[in-house]
Amino acid sequence: MTRLTIEDLKKIKEKQKSTFALREGGYRAKITVHMGTCGIAAGAREVMTTLLDEITKAHVEDVITTTSGCAGLCAREPMVTVEIYNKAPVKYGDLNSEKMQEIFKEHVLGGNPVEKYALVIGSETTY
Amino acid sequence: MEQIRANLLMCAGTGCVASGTPKVKAALQEELEKKGLANEIKIVLTGCNGFCAEGPVMLVYPEGIFYQKLTVDEIPKLVEEHFLKGRPYQKLLYTEPEKKLSIPKMNEIPFFKHQVLRVLRNKGLIDPESLDEYIARDGYLAAAKALTEMTSADIIKVMKDSGIRGRGGAGFPTGLKWEFASKSQADQKYMLCNGDEGDPGAFMDRSVMEADPHSVIEGMIIGAKAIGASKGVIYVRAEYPLAVKRLQLAIDKCYESGLLGQNILNSGFTFDLEIYLGAGAFVCGEETALMRSIEGKRGMPRPRPPFPAHKGLWDKPSVLNNVETLAQVAPIILHGADWYKTLGTEKSTGTKVFALTGDIKNVGLVEVPMGIPLRTIIYDIGGGMKNKKKKFKSVQMGGPSGGCIPESHIDIPVTYEDVVKTGAIMGSGGMVVMDEDTCMVSTAKFFLEFTADESCGKCTPCRVGTRVMLDMLTDITEGKGRDGDIETLQDLSRDIIATSLCGLGQTAPNPVLSTIRYFQDEYESHIEERWCKAGICRNLCSFHINEELCKACGACLRACPQKAIVGEKKVPHRIIQELCIQCRTCYDTCKFGSIKIGPAGCKDIKDIPELAGKVEGAKE
Repeated sequence: MTRLTIEDLKKIKEKQKSTFALREGGYRAKITVHMGTCGIAAGAREVMTTLLDEITKAHVEDVITTTSGCAGLCAREPMVTVEIYNKAPVKYGDLNSEKMQEIFKEHVLGGNPVEKYALVIGSETTY
Repeated sequence: MEQIRANLLMCAGTGCVASGTPKVKAALQEELEKKGLANEIKIVLTGCNGFCAEGPVMLVYPEGIFYQKLTVDEIPKLVEEHFLKGRPYQKLLYTEPEKKLSIPKMNEIPFFKHQVLRVLRNKGLIDPESLDEYIARDGYLAAAKALTEMTSADIIKVMKDSGIRGRGGAGFPTGLKWEFASKSQADQKYMLCNGDEGDPGAFMDRSVMEADPHSVIEGMIIGAKAIGASKGVIYVRAEYPLAVKRLQLAIDKCYESGLLGQNILNSGFTFDLEIYLGAGAFVCGEETALMRSIEGKRGMPRPRPPFPAHKGLWDKPSVLNNVETLAQVAPIILHGADWYKTLGTEKSTGTKVFALTGDIKNVGLVEVPMGIPLRTIIYDIGGGMKNKKKKFKSVQMGGPSGGCIPESHIDIPVTYEDVVKTGAIMGSGGMVVMDEDTCMVSTAKFFLEFTADESCGKCTPCRVGTRVMLDMLTDITEGKGRDGDIETLQDLSRDIIATSLCGLGQTAPNPVLSTIRYFQDEYESHIEERWCKAGICRNLCSFHINEELCKACGACLRACPQKAIVGEKKVPHRIIQELCIQCRTCYDTCKFGSIKIGPAGCKDIKDIPELAGKVEGAKE
């Protein structure tokens, strides 16, 4: 990687923004698996493996998967956040492989949030 | 090879196969070939989709259109409509039954509603191993501003004006700390980060280092510029492997990108950063001990002054900040001191991260504005007791240096000053919630075991004093407590606090003092009545079944490892005291609350002082 300048920081920010804005980056959905120590201990790796398997099986290329740290509600790990283009993010908790498969099919592919596993919809206050 | 323009995901789960997938697939393939579309549209068989009731089902990508109840007869029309003419075939479209989403919104769930994220601003949002994603969330813009547009004095002024106080526990104003170090003259200064999080039940710093390592590094770069340090060390305990891995990755990426090392962002500023692994000694969280540990010596505190701002690591001026403090530096520089002060109280500005654990429903990591009532954290954010039938008893704040706050003080605003008034301390942010089944003497003993074990041994009052206190507490919990023990404990506490060198000894007796302050009756009932009312201290309790409440369900009878419970259907059960080993299994098993705890040696439920009147009446 080359040395960054302050200008580069702004460019990266803009470029990343378009990735975050799903459709502009060519993506329809983004799935974040929360993999802090708490998540991993509760089985987040298994959930992640299942998710990747499902994506491979479904041959979809407009879904990005990413990991992130603890989502804060350690008691309900493993947790996953599903964001569909133009929709508010939905956080799921107490997941396992089976539930992840269901969420992938119904929410990520089908576009319908799985209410029974969903914890909350929307984003937290950050500023 | 032709470009595939659409993928048809046909479900080939057992359900759909039974309802006709193979036939439909064959018909579909045939039809696509007939229309000359076979090269651009691909059929993929998938595992069970879950919608077996509507099978055979098929999902069309890239549009994400879902078809259900496919039949061979409908295939020609479907292919013509959708794949030739490009419009979904309405007849087979899956239409969702009318329903409204019932997933609650963020502001409808107390756990999320009361939180404001500053330290945890990137929590769960970015990939901690991606520098670009951190940059996308305004990462390193504050460092750029500090390095190119601000002087050391400018940075320190913003930090001082923001009112931010050290989040490690003591609450010393961060700006002031930086100012002292910046004024020290030396050829070398050090910017250090304390990631030696050691309080039992605390995991704030671990989570920040794991979820957002760059926020700590950026805070250190800004701090280094403010005090004029060219070298830095992050001291992390080796028990945090994931945090260490992610921090190291982040540091490596920063070096590759010129965000660490020489001439950072072409500003001419140089800062080198490395990780030092701590071996897990609690005392190494104390600043002078931590610095000795980095030097490769045994981690022991030394007297202050000289303060580290004048003589710290390698006897050079050094600043040591906590992980959580450093993670807040970037937003303060970016948005200014006034922005920071919009949250919190006059003397405790901003937000604080707490690790909620214990007998609470929502175990987790929360960030709230300072000054929020303790009750809101426990009952709204925390969701109250894990076991709804149990009553809240106390919350332990500040770990082994802190104290227990009882129900009567639960309405205090959470600020440095108000928490100290209760006898606890803000500490690093661990909150251990305890319900009514907790024995406060055992709780105090637990923390004393910890500090007696972790005392480095340098100061006699701490080394011997904590051990003597621990022995007395052990005696009390084993039924060997004597009159005057409570007073002796208080006396010893005062002496240890007054004569220890570092924070460990100066605060170690706090858990004992605060439990005596609020729960002296429990100490007294242990010593005088030989009665641990929570049923935790085995030598000081006996278990009895209240026959009036007993439903004769047999649950306790089956659970008892000693077979000490007798009874049959419709006949209230009874505990044979001679066989009972006070393991508490029956108490935890009974759903009807019919097991009562009496003093040691109590033979009959009628003899439990508090129940005597009521139960006797019921029996007759």
